[in-house]
Amino acid sequence: MAADTHLEKETEQVQDIWNGGTEPMKASYGKLMMWYFILSDAFTFASFLIMYAALRMSAEVWPDPNAVFNSFPFVHGTKLPLGFVTVMTFILILSSVFVVRAVQEGHRMNKNGVLLWMFWGIVGGAAFLGCQAWEWNHLIHQGLTLTSNPFGYYTTPQVVEGQTVDVFQGYVNLAYDHEADSFSLPEDNKGTKGEEIPANASHSEGNWLFGCLFFFITGFHGFHVSTGVLMNIILWIQAARGVYQRRGHYEMVEKIGLYWHFVDLVWVFVFLAFYLL
Amino acid sequence: MAELHNPAIEVGHDTHAHGHDHHGHDDHDHHELNFIEKYIFSQDHKIIGKQFLILGMLWAIVGGLFSIFFRLQLAWPDESFPILEWFLGSWAEGGKLSAEFYYALVTMHGTILVFFVLTAGLSGTFSNYLIPLQIGARDMASPFMNMLSFWMFVLSSFVMLVSLFIQTGPASGGWTAYPPLSALPQATPGSGLGMDLWLISIAFFIVSVALGGLNYVTTVINMRTKGMDFFRMPLTVWAFMFTAIIGLLSFPVLFGAAVLLEFDRLLGTSFFLSDIYVAGEALHHSGGSPILFQHLFWFLGHPEVYIIILPAMGIVSEVMSVHSRKPIFGYKAMIFSILGITILSFIVWAHHMFMSGLNPFVASIFVLFTLLIAVPSAIKVFNWITTLWRGSIRLNPAMLFAIGFVSLFISGGLTGIYLGNSTLDIQLHDTYYVVAHFHIVMGLAAFYGMFAGIYHWFPKMFGRYMNTTLGYIHFYVTLVGSYAIFWPMHYLGMSGVPRRYYDFTVFDQFNQYADLNKFITVAAIIVFAVNILFVLNFFYSAVKGRKVTVLNPYGATTLEWTTPIHPGHGNWVGEIPAVHRWPYDYSINGRDFIPQTEPLSAGEVEDHDIGSDTPNITDPIPGEEGKA
Repeated sequence: MAADTHLEKETEQVQDIWNGGTEPMKASYGKLMMWYFILSDAFTFASFLIMYAALRMSAEVWPDPNAVFNSFPFVHGTKLPLGFVTVMTFILILSSVFVVRAVQEGHRMNKNGVLLWMFWGIVGGAAFLGCQAWEWNHLIHQGLTLTSNPFGYYTTPQVVEGQTVDVFQGYVNLAYDHEADSFSLPEDNKGTKGEEIPANASHSEGNWLFGCLFFFITGFHGFHVSTGVLMNIILWIQAARGVYQRRGHYEMVEKIGLYWHFVDLVWVFVFLAFYLL
Repeated sequence: MAELHNPAIEVGHDTHAHGHDHHGHDDHDHHELNFIEKYIFSQDHKIIGKQFLILGMLWAIVGGLFSIFFRLQLAWPDESFPILEWFLGSWAEGGKLSAEFYYALVTMHGTILVFFVLTAGLSGTFSNYLIPLQIGARDMASPFMNMLSFWMFVLSSFVMLVSLFIQTGPASGGWTAYPPLSALPQATPGSGLGMDLWLISIAFFIVSVALGGLNYVTTVINMRTKGMDFFRMPLTVWAFMFTAIIGLLSFPVLFGAAVLLEFDRLLGTSFFLSDIYVAGEALHHSGGSPILFQHLFWFLGHPEVYIIILPAMGIVSEVMSVHSRKPIFGYKAMIFSILGITILSFIVWAHHMFMSGLNPFVASIFVLFTLLIAVPSAIKVFNWITTLWRGSIRLNPAMLFAIGFVSLFISGGLTGIYLGNSTLDIQLHDTYYVVAHFHIVMGLAAFYGMFAGIYHWFPKMFGRYMNTTLGYIHFYVTLVGSYAIFWPMHYLGMSGVPRRYYDFTVFDQFNQYADLNKFITVAAIIVFAVNILFVLNFFYSAVKGRKVTVLNPYGATTLEWTTPIHPGHGNWVGEIPAVHRWPYDYSINGRDFIPQTEPLSAGEVEDHDIGSDTPNITDPIPGEEGKA
């Protein structure tokens, strides 16, 4: 083989040039791959959130998040704006912290530590998904779907330049009648700001895009969380079987951890877009 | 990490030895692979590259044939062609192409050529084949994901193929799939099941691109052999790396758009649909924006043309330097112009949308960025021409196609400067001028780059040479034919002939070009026939061609020519050679070429590092002795 002639060990010169033994980015290829995947996935989420912004900016009416997300499980009668989503967000961030601890234990080659903190990480992820399921269920029960939106508004007829037109007065959470599949003004006859709705007002459904975007984007994020939980469970089983102990390092925990933190970070933006703005 | 150079561990390439690596690399040490492991579900990057190439070639034949079908309709709208009925059945009743299927053919031609041939078939083939060979790696970072990437492409191909045979026909809303045409099944038969299959196929294709791209980038960054500094990589590898980066960042956005469009179709959401009436009846959609889809689509769509052209540019740079026996002119300028194109490719997408009601102020920003792309493009063109200047040019088919690439890239690029202006676009938008522009600059040019690459690396791929005579015929007929097809389209476009029309005979002002349309169609048929000849040459030569007997038939400097004539999985027998110099030392120091594996001689400075005032070339240009 002529190729063999090139194979003499040549270790002279070639200083300050990476020589194939250590990685130039101080990261293994697997970790780099995860970083590039995250970058790639960030563009997917960015496209969705930019779309959300574009559609919302061009919408005439948009529900007030304080009036939409004000329910809490087992709490009736009291409005707690953004209360539940705060709990959800806290759980997800806490889960990220647990995974950080698991990575740390991995560096110490402490198998039991990894298993313990991964377990809590998985519990956190699953709890977040449970919360999301409850919230979705609650909103659907209120009548929010891809093609209906109870978070509407009311108008009153007024005479403008000699013509009678309906003028926007305020937002109202409409009551959903499951039997008739229709919306009506709420029983207390109050708008979202607690104001009395005049008798001559007529009501309209909210923008359907709110439901479309909410279910699509939080659903896409929830799908990411679900795959994350699944990967964490596989990771936990592998770790429990001692695969990483034998391999001599827990880098896989770190790689999946990167994904988990990314999903957490994305939630911050989703939270911002739907709940805060 | 000294033990890395122990071959037994080197094949694992990562001392951490992840589980799957053992399957990928070590198998050839342990047992003979059976046929299926070796050629079908192969994890060898070389086999995967060839798989991409062959599937891409099959799709190119299908996509090319479709263009012949609709060219027949455009040239002879009143004639009937029994062959069309033989191929298309009830879509061409009595040999007359139906209007619905004309659009389906146009859509499929675009989709197949852009995605399956010029993305998968070009970057998929050569990134896979050349990256590990040229950077000195045993295989890709993750051979398993690499295999998965190819099989996702197969899955995507299969779904698209199925859509060709369903009763309502394949998608027919254009390869851009603009809603509402693509969103509403009532719009056209092709917007029924065909569109669903199109979106599913594209989603699988994006997964394939992502799996491949992650591999290409990490392999280039992390798996270079000893001494393979970034600025010692061949320009091919640079081009493949940036192509993969563009793909990783732009395809996810198309994925998002495809999923959203599918939601609009299946679940009744209104992302891209606003108040629409069909046959007097209001549809159950409100609030969305079809223009939004155009933005999302072209955020991929424009970088996509660079995904197509960059690998061709890389291949041409390499082929041109080898067969001119000269260092590539402006190596670093080439790299930074690729980088410039990569960045600019993400901020020009709205130049496809000047006529969509875009704010003229916004349009002017996109015009500026679009025209800026001319700068790195021109740098590359001048560098190629200067590489040829005073070279000892070998006019073999690979080199001819590389030169042809530059010719087409100039011709098509110049018209791009006109189209990039939003004011001129008012006249030229959606006319044959656009068709001529993008077919020349991105379609044909990329094909020429691909041909150059195939002719050049065929001996490495199959250990045999392609038939050169057929290669010459292929090149000259294709070159003349390419201009014969697309040059006249500029005139059609400038006089306002719109693209995508089924029949021009009903318009007096366009009917005058009937003879020109016949001429174009005849040229297209000839080019198609010659390219079938190329395919035959390819397969015949792969089996029966003249055998390669020397390791380095072209006298090239790069690492792939240091592998055995038929490299096994793992590429090098024994250790991977170390690299000591940049890849373009041709006609230097009195020698024809110096391989990358040869250490620098005493006092020698690497060529691309020296300034113009530091003489290094001791081989004087004839007639100018003493000046150097």
